[in-house]
Amino acid sequence: MSNKGVHRDHHGAALGLRTFACIAVCIVLMAADQRDALGGRPRAALMTIVYPLQTAAAIPTTLFDWSEDATRSRADLARENVRLKRERLLADARLQQLNAVRAENDRLRAMLEARPRAGDDVRVAQLLDVDNDPFRHRVLINQGSNEGAFERQAIVDANGVVGQIIHVSPASAQVMLISDPGHAIQVEVVRNGLRTVAFGAGEYDQLEIRFLPNNADIQVGDLLVTTSLGGDYPAGYPVGEITAVEPQPRQAFARVTAQPAAALTRMREVLLLTPKTPPQTPTATSGGTNEEDTPDGS
Amino acid sequence: MAAKRDRWWVGLIGLIVALILTSQPLPGWLNLFRPDWVALVLVYLAIFTPQRLVLTSAVLCGLLLDAIHGTPLGQYALALVVCIYIPLKLHLHLVLVPIWQSVLTTLVILAIYQFALFWCNGAIGNDLGATAYLAPLASDMLFWPVVLALLDLMHLGRPTARQ
Repeated sequence: MSNKGVHRDHHGAALGLRTFACIAVCIVLMAADQRDALGGRPRAALMTIVYPLQTAAAIPTTLFDWSEDATRSRADLARENVRLKRERLLADARLQQLNAVRAENDRLRAMLEARPRAGDDVRVAQLLDVDNDPFRHRVLINQGSNEGAFERQAIVDANGVVGQIIHVSPASAQVMLISDPGHAIQVEVVRNGLRTVAFGAGEYDQLEIRFLPNNADIQVGDLLVTTSLGGDYPAGYPVGEITAVEPQPRQAFARVTAQPAAALTRMREVLLLTPKTPPQTPTATSGGTNEEDTPDGS
Repeated sequence: MAAKRDRWWVGLIGLIVALILTSQPLPGWLNLFRPDWVALVLVYLAIFTPQRLVLTSAVLCGLLLDAIHGTPLGQYALALVVCIYIPLKLHLHLVLVPIWQSVLTTLVILAIYQFALFWCNGAIGNDLGATAYLAPLASDMLFWPVVLALLDLMHLGRPTARQ
């Protein structure tokens, strides 16, 4: 009996009640967050709190990188320097061509009376942390809303599309990779302009194109690039290359897989793209309809 | 008892270290076997310092875990609260049990934790394989005696001899 008394003293008879209250709060929070009713603020605050911990967790990796850099031999560095110079020369040569092509493209678009395509501003971010949950492909980067990162911002690396920002805090942002099972991206086949959607498959080296009919014009080796139709990604960035096309006569859709163009497992740095012309929000049009509505009603 | 009362920081440091270990990058398949560090530390706190704000800490740590993992806010908090209720309720029994029984009880408690996560994922429509829930349990069992010994050392200031 006395034991029971001590027990009560420690956390009162209301332990069950308090647990129940906590559970209720958690469920309400989850439901609200799932419906985007909370806004970004609470999560940004929590991400700010865990940011120092995540930086601390990355210290061993940082130290390892640093020691690798510090112990690199002069000959290695010289060799790398030569290689980089050669690559840069090649890239410069290609860029010259690209500039000419871009100018031509602008001219042609002007003749069609289309808006010239604006380039994108680019900002470099470093990977801080790869999500340790093996079934969720997310990474943390060291650019946050302070540096102008925003939700749904497109992230690319040197080879292709990496993913998009899903949560942003002042100093860091969480990126969902295109290989995450919850990710889908609008793509276009370069060869023939066929548009489709590439889903993450939970594997770093694979994307699934789920809804292509068996007779679709698609081949192994076709390059997929982003289209501007999806809204989140600027057009024309490589997403992946088709690696397998298996028609399934008994089912509606073929099994088509692609390999992501970006080096999703090996990247250290990524690029944040900011479209130069901000996407027009539909508020202007909705405002217009409201104004039209009022005279109708009165 | 006086010494015990002074060491309120043990829980705080334990939880901070657990959160750091949770966000530690691990190579490949080792990721699957990452122990639920935060849950382990909270189970210890629930058993040995039930008079502290363990339930509140569970909610706060859960929210921080949600921020780390990018899950809907409240998912890890819910799982932690559900599993922490048991050691809080039974702490008078759990203080005394020998180590092998303690490992088994912790296994059951963490299985409930994983089940709560599984249930939340199911409710959201996030379908993970069974290994995602079972693999951490194996390493939880391995690491529970280590966590127990280390926190005992910090908490009591001397190593304890448990059977």
